[in-house]
Amino acid sequence: MSEPIAMREAFGQTLVALGKRLPDLVVLDADLAPATRAVLFAQAFPERFFQVGIAEQNMIGIAAGLSTLGFIPFTSTFACFAKRNLDQIRIVVAQPRNNVKITGHYSGLLAGKTGKTHLAVQDMAIMRSMPNMTVIAPADGVEVEKAMEALVAVHGPAYLRLARDPSPVIFDTSYRFEIGRALRLREGTDLTLISTGIQTSRTLQAADMLQAQGISALLLHVPTLKPLDADAIIAAAEQTGLVVTAEEHSILGGLGGAIAEVLCEHRPTPLVRVGVHDVYAESAPNDELLEKYGVTARHVAEAARSHLAKWRR
Amino acid sequence: MEELLTVAEIQEAAGRLRRRTLEMIWHAQAGHPGGSFSVAEILACMYFRILRVEPSKPDWPDRDRFILSKGHAAPIYYVTLAERGYFPPETLATYDQLNSILQGHPDMHTPGVDMSSGSLGQGLSPGIGIALGARLRKKDFHVYVLLGDGEIQEGQVWEAAMAASAFGLDNLTAIVDWNRIQLTDFLEKAMPLGPVAEKWRAFGWEVRECDGHEVISILAGIEELQRVKGQPGVLLAHTIKGKGVSFMEDNPAWHAKPPNEQEYLQAKAELAVRR
Repeated sequence: MSEPIAMREAFGQTLVALGKRLPDLVVLDADLAPATRAVLFAQAFPERFFQVGIAEQNMIGIAAGLSTLGFIPFTSTFACFAKRNLDQIRIVVAQPRNNVKITGHYSGLLAGKTGKTHLAVQDMAIMRSMPNMTVIAPADGVEVEKAMEALVAVHGPAYLRLARDPSPVIFDTSYRFEIGRALRLREGTDLTLISTGIQTSRTLQAADMLQAQGISALLLHVPTLKPLDADAIIAAAEQTGLVVTAEEHSILGGLGGAIAEVLCEHRPTPLVRVGVHDVYAESAPNDELLEKYGVTARHVAEAARSHLAKWRR
Repeated sequence: MEELLTVAEIQEAAGRLRRRTLEMIWHAQAGHPGGSFSVAEILACMYFRILRVEPSKPDWPDRDRFILSKGHAAPIYYVTLAERGYFPPETLATYDQLNSILQGHPDMHTPGVDMSSGSLGQGLSPGIGIALGARLRKKDFHVYVLLGDGEIQEGQVWEAAMAASAFGLDNLTAIVDWNRIQLTDFLEKAMPLGPVAEKWRAFGWEVRECDGHEVISILAGIEELQRVKGQPGVLLAHTIKGKGVSFMEDNPAWHAKPPNEQEYLQAKAELAVRR
């Protein structure tokens, strides 16, 4: 594994790279560009960067208007604020299928000790419920770049969920990302771990922990929450039985909810959801937050081990 | 380029729009008559004089853009678009029916509709996006957004007002249908707007007022605003909600109510004699 990189750095750099290639790429920011690294695009292409101030509702509307002229707007703000304009997203982006790419930074529990106001652990559930919306949560900086390249190549609204802090690099640059495709990062026979976004690097660690205990875990990474790769999920469930989902998000309506919907209808399978349990979290150091709210690698491994024992009995 | 209508012809066209809108609302037994009738002359001025559009090519990139932010005036908007030739008049009979292109509120997949609307307060922001895009593309088309007066109670309108002037968008013009009535009551009772003109001026807009039922007054206001450089303009159009039908005029009850048979016949008779 190479040096950890932050998704927002990859985001800013990819915006610049795409901006060179695509003269129609534009970026809108609601006063967070230095933090989200959209500032890199602002410096490279000032005429295609729009600072709208602290006005997320207006930002979405402006982006929708630009998209009708063939521009490809990325809106950029924190995930917690990327949904305070939900009705605007519904009316002028999702319903008319306007080509606006909504970016939610600092998602999940780790938002730099800013506390519950700034923690977005319902964003995937909310965005996923909206017709026409593609929802993507990349696992590392490489996948951020690949996902953005894929998003600009297709017309339509999308939500891109990014994490704040540097995280391990999982993919190499030859990785081929495809919207709507899940991929197996580990093969296994005893159970399936399914993870998304930043939680995938912790779930890889969990698979290692399980391996050390003699448990063989298949790991399915699901970067696209919508459209969901139901075939890959069903195939893994058929292969191993027990499924454990892991996400730095509420267990309601996000990855765990989506997997439960697919498996209940197509392949009823014992399922355990690891994630935030319907509570608002708080401000604290990262490790302590992950520990208290139950989303460390150890929590994933422990959930898998204990339920495997239960289901085998 | 087709010949422009005269002021008298535009005034007549507005009357026709009202009559057809009444028919449509009556047949669908749905729609918003009050706020449709208040904008008849404004829409007639837009589509029969001001807007540079080609209805046979609704996606023509250089066309002027029009956003009906007060999306509940959809009935008269559809009548106007049909009258202007965006779709056949027979399509109006499908308004609010299953699978119709004429939905209860405007959808941008309908020919001639430049932006979806219906949840109030949202139209000015896409107008800014289109105006900024025109600047980037070096296009000289103009963007018009028609807002309701009640609608500008929404905070997003003022986010947009702030940004449009900060961006110096002189290719953007807002029109406020100032009919003084919202769903529940007169604005003065529900939620007064305070000094409306002063508020827009404070946000950096050039402001004009007009009689929103006099074509000559509307056209003069728009033309004056278009001469202003470096800032957006707003035309505050003084109107009467339900204009043209005695029992609907200035009556909050007619915000979203279709008429019964007796009311329909009376309204039809009144609109037939009024210009």
